[in-house]
Amino acid sequence: MAITPPANRLWWKEPIHGVELGWIVIAFLWGLFMFFFMIAWHFIGDQNLSTETYRVKPAAYEEKVAAWAEQYQKIGADGEPVEVEGTPVVAPPEGGDVYILARLWEFWPVVELKKGVKYRIHISSVDWQHGFSLQPVNMNISVHPGYEHVINLTPTETGEFGIVCNEYCGIGHHTMTGLIRVVE
Amino acid sequence: MAETPQKAPAGEAREKVPMMQQVLDNPFLLLFLGVTVPAVLYLIWGIMEVASVPVGQ
Amino acid sequence: MASIDATAAGSGVVNAPYRMCRFTGLKVDQAAETLIKVHAVTAVIFLALGGLMGLGVALTRWPAVQILPPEWFYLVLTGHGANVLLFWIIFFEMAVLFFASAILLGSRLAAPKVAWLGYILMLVGALMANYAVLRGDSTVMFTSYVPMQASHWFYLSLIVFAVGALISVMVFFATLVVAKNENTYDGSVPLVTFGAITAAIIAVFTLASGAIILIPTWLWSLGLITEIDSLMYKVVWWGMGHSSQQINVSAHVAIWYAIAAMVLGAKPLSEKVSRMAFLMYILFLQLASAHHLLAEPGMSASWKIVNTSYMMYLAVLGSMIHGLTVPGAIEAAQRRNGFTRGAFEWLTKAPWGNPAFSGMFLSLVMFGFIGGISGVILGTEQLNVLMHNTLYVPGHFHGTVVAGTTLAFMAMTWLVVPLIFRRDIIWPTLAKWQPYLFGIGAGGISLFMMGAGTLGVPRRHWDISLADAAHRAVEFPAAAYLMMGLNGLFAILAALGGLVFIVTVVASILAGPKLDGPDAKMVFPLHDASRQVSEYGSEGTLKLPGTIILVGIFFAAFVLYYFVNWKYLSELWLFN
Ligand code: HEM
Ligand SMILES: [Cu+2]
Ligand SMILES: [Cu+2]
Repeated sequence: MAITPPANRLWWKEPIHGVELGWIVIAFLWGLFMFFFMIAWHFIGDQNLSTETYRVKPAAYEEKVAAWAEQYQKIGADGEPVEVEGTPVVAPPEGGDVYILARLWEFWPVVELKKGVKYRIHISSVDWQHGFSLQPVNMNISVHPGYEHVINLTPTETGEFGIVCNEYCGIGHHTMTGLIRVVE
Repeated sequence: MAETPQKAPAGEAREKVPMMQQVLDNPFLLLFLGVTVPAVLYLIWGIMEVASVPVGQ
Repeated sequence: MASIDATAAGSGVVNAPYRMCRFTGLKVDQAAETLIKVHAVTAVIFLALGGLMGLGVALTRWPAVQILPPEWFYLVLTGHGANVLLFWIIFFEMAVLFFASAILLGSRLAAPKVAWLGYILMLVGALMANYAVLRGDSTVMFTSYVPMQASHWFYLSLIVFAVGALISVMVFFATLVVAKNENTYDGSVPLVTFGAITAAIIAVFTLASGAIILIPTWLWSLGLITEIDSLMYKVVWWGMGHSSQQINVSAHVAIWYAIAAMVLGAKPLSEKVSRMAFLMYILFLQLASAHHLLAEPGMSASWKIVNTSYMMYLAVLGSMIHGLTVPGAIEAAQRRNGFTRGAFEWLTKAPWGNPAFSGMFLSLVMFGFIGGISGVILGTEQLNVLMHNTLYVPGHFHGTVVAGTTLAFMAMTWLVVPLIFRRDIIWPTLAKWQPYLFGIGAGGISLFMMGAGTLGVPRRHWDISLADAAHRAVEFPAAAYLMMGLNGLFAILAALGGLVFIVTVVASILAGPKLDGPDAKMVFPLHDASRQVSEYGSEGTLKLPGTIILVGIFFAAFVLYYFVNWKYLSELWLFN
C-alpha cells in the first residue's frame, strides 16, 4: 500500500506495467512537442512578445512622452487640437515610435494608428505596476515603472480599442482605461 | 546514501540496492537537488536577466 | 488493543508515548497526533474566514449584485488570498507532514517542542496578517507588488509565518532521520511519505525565496531601504508564490495515493514510476514560477521557455504519470476487490457515498481537466498574452488549488476526524453530499472565471462596466456578464459546501460518536486490510481498460484545447 513501505525491498527492480510505459512515452513526446512548438513559433508565428527593454527614470519617461505627444498632436479641421474627454489624441507618423504612459489611473495619451502598419510601441509606468489589456483584442502585457518596454505592433483591424488596466493598482484600478484608434 | 544497504531488514538476500533507488531513498540528496536546480535555472538566471537590462537614452 | 497507551521501546533513544490505531494498525505518536489536531483545526478556521471572504468577492464581481463597495472589495480580496492560499493550505500541509513522517513511519516526532514553536509563529503571523489587512492600509493583494506599499505589519506577518513554517518543515526532516536511526520501518519510506518529502523539499525553496524578497521589502516599508526594483521583486516573489502552489500539488497527490490506499486498498502500480514522477516534481516543478513573468518586459525568451516549460515539460510528465497511476491503482485494486465487469464497473461500484473517496476522485478529475490543462496553456510562452491577468488566471487556479488541493484536503479530513480525533462523523448524510456540493461549486467558479477571462474580463476588478473610467473604452459582451452571474451562483454552492464541511467537521470533533471503544465501527469504513494479496499494484498483469479510456479522453481534451488556443493567438494583432 502507498501508506506502508514497499513490500519488496528492491522495488526498483519490479517490472513496469505496460500501460504505464506506453503513457510515459506518449506524455514525454507530447511534452517535447509543446516545448519545441514554443521555440518554433518564434520563427513561424507573428505573435511573440518582444523582449526589448530599457531602464528609464519615470520622470524622464514622462517628459519624453509629453514632448512626443506635443509634436504629433492631432489637429482637427477647425485647427484645434483633438481631444477625447480631455485626453489629447496623438497621430504618430506611419511606422514611427509610439509612447504610452501608464499612471494612476489612466493610459495617456489616446493614440491613432493606421491599420496594417508596424509601430514601435513604448510602454512604461511612472508610478505603480499596471496591466496593459487591449480589448476586445485581448492582448495582455505587464507594465512596470522604471522599465521601458518596446513592442513592434501591427494592428490588423480598424476601430476603437480600449485599454483596461488589469494589474491591481489601488483604489482607482477599475477606473483606469485608455484608448487606441485604428484607421484605414 | 551509504547507510541504505545496511538498513535493509535482516535475513534478506544482501543484494545491492540499485543506484537510482539509493538516490530516491536519500531525502537530503533530493533536498539538495530540489533547491539547487530552481535556484540556478530560475532565480539566479532570472536575476541576471533583470540585472542585464540596458539603460535607455 | 484499542488505544492502549504504551511506551515505545524503540532502541532506547527516547521514550515517547504512543497508541496503536485499531483501524489502520499504525503506531500513533501522541505528540504528533496533538500537533496534527491543532494544525488541522487552525487550518479549518482560516478556511472558514477565507471562504467567507471568497463569497464576498464573488458576489461583488456579480455585476447585478456587487455587494461590497470598492475599498472593501479590494481589502477582502487581499484577505481572501492570504487566508485560503497561505493559511488554510499551509497549516493543513504541516498536519500532512507530521502524519506522513511520524505516523506513517511509526516513529516519534523529532522535537515536538520545536514543532510547537513553529506552530505558534505561524499562528502569530497569520493573525498579524489579518490585523494588517483589516487595518485598511495593506490592501495590496497577497502578491503585494512593489512599489505599492503595505503597512510594515503586513510584510512582517508573512516573514513570521514563513519562519514558523520553515521550522515545522525542519522538524519533518528531523523526524525522517529519527525514524531511520531508530529503525521504525524497513527499507524505503512509503510512497505517501515520499510525496510528503517532495512537498517539504519544495517548501524549503519556497520559504527561502520568500525570505530573500520579503525581508528587504519589510525594511523598505520601514524606510530603511529606499527602493525595491519591481521586476526583481516579481522574479523572486514568484519563486515563493508559485512554488508554494507546487507544495500543494505534491501534498494533494500524496493524499490521493493515501486515500486510495486507505479506502480501497490500492497500491501504486509500480513504486518506481510513481516515485520517479515525484522526482520530476522535485527537480523541475518549481521552475514554473516563470508562468507569472511571461508578460513582463526584460526577461529573455530562452529564460522564459526553459523555465515555463519546467525543463521540457518534465514536471508535466510527472503530473500526467500520477494522472494515470492514481486511477490505475484504484482500478487494479477494485478489480482485485471483485469489480471486474466491463471497463468501468470498478468505477461505478466505487464507494461514491464515502466523502473521502468521492472528494478524492473529484479532486483528481477536476485538477487534471480544469486546473492542469488550463495551467499548461497559461504557461505557454506565447499563449500567455491571451489571458495574462484576466479572470482566466483565478479561474485556472481555483481549478488547481480549490477543486484540486482544497477538495483533496477536505476528503482527507473525513479520515482525519475518525482516525486522529477518534470521533465518528456526526451527520453522515451531510458528509456524503459535501464533496459534490463543494466540488461542483468549485468546478463552476473555475470554469466561469476562465470563460470570462477568455472574453477579456480583468482579474481583481471592481467594476467591469467601467462606469467611472477615464474612457469607457470597452463594452464587455453580455456573455461576460452572464459568466460573472453564473460565477456568483456557483460561488454560493461552493460556499455552502464549505459551510457543510466546517460545521460537520467541527460538530464531529466536539460531539461525534467516540471511536475508542474496542468494537466501534466507522460509518465510512476503511478497506479491510486482511484482503490484500498482491505485492504491488500491477502484479498479475491486470488489464486496466477503464483507466486507459479515461486517460485517452484527458489527452484528447488537452491536445484539442492546446491547438484551439494557438488558433486564437494566430488571429491576434501582429507583434514581436
Ligand atoms: C467558497 C469558495 C471560494 C470562492 C467563492 C472563491 C472566489 C474567488 C473569487 C471570485 C476571486 C476573485 C477573482 C478576482 O476578482 O480576481 C478569488 C480570488 C482568489 N481565490 Fe478564491 N474562492 C474560493 C475559495 C478559495 C480557496 C479555497 C482558495 C485557496 C486555496 C482560493 C484562492 C484564491 C486566490 C489565491 C485568489 C486571488 C486573490 C488575488 O487576486 O489576490 N479561493 N476567489
Ligand atoms: Cu493601473
Ligand atoms: Cu490597475
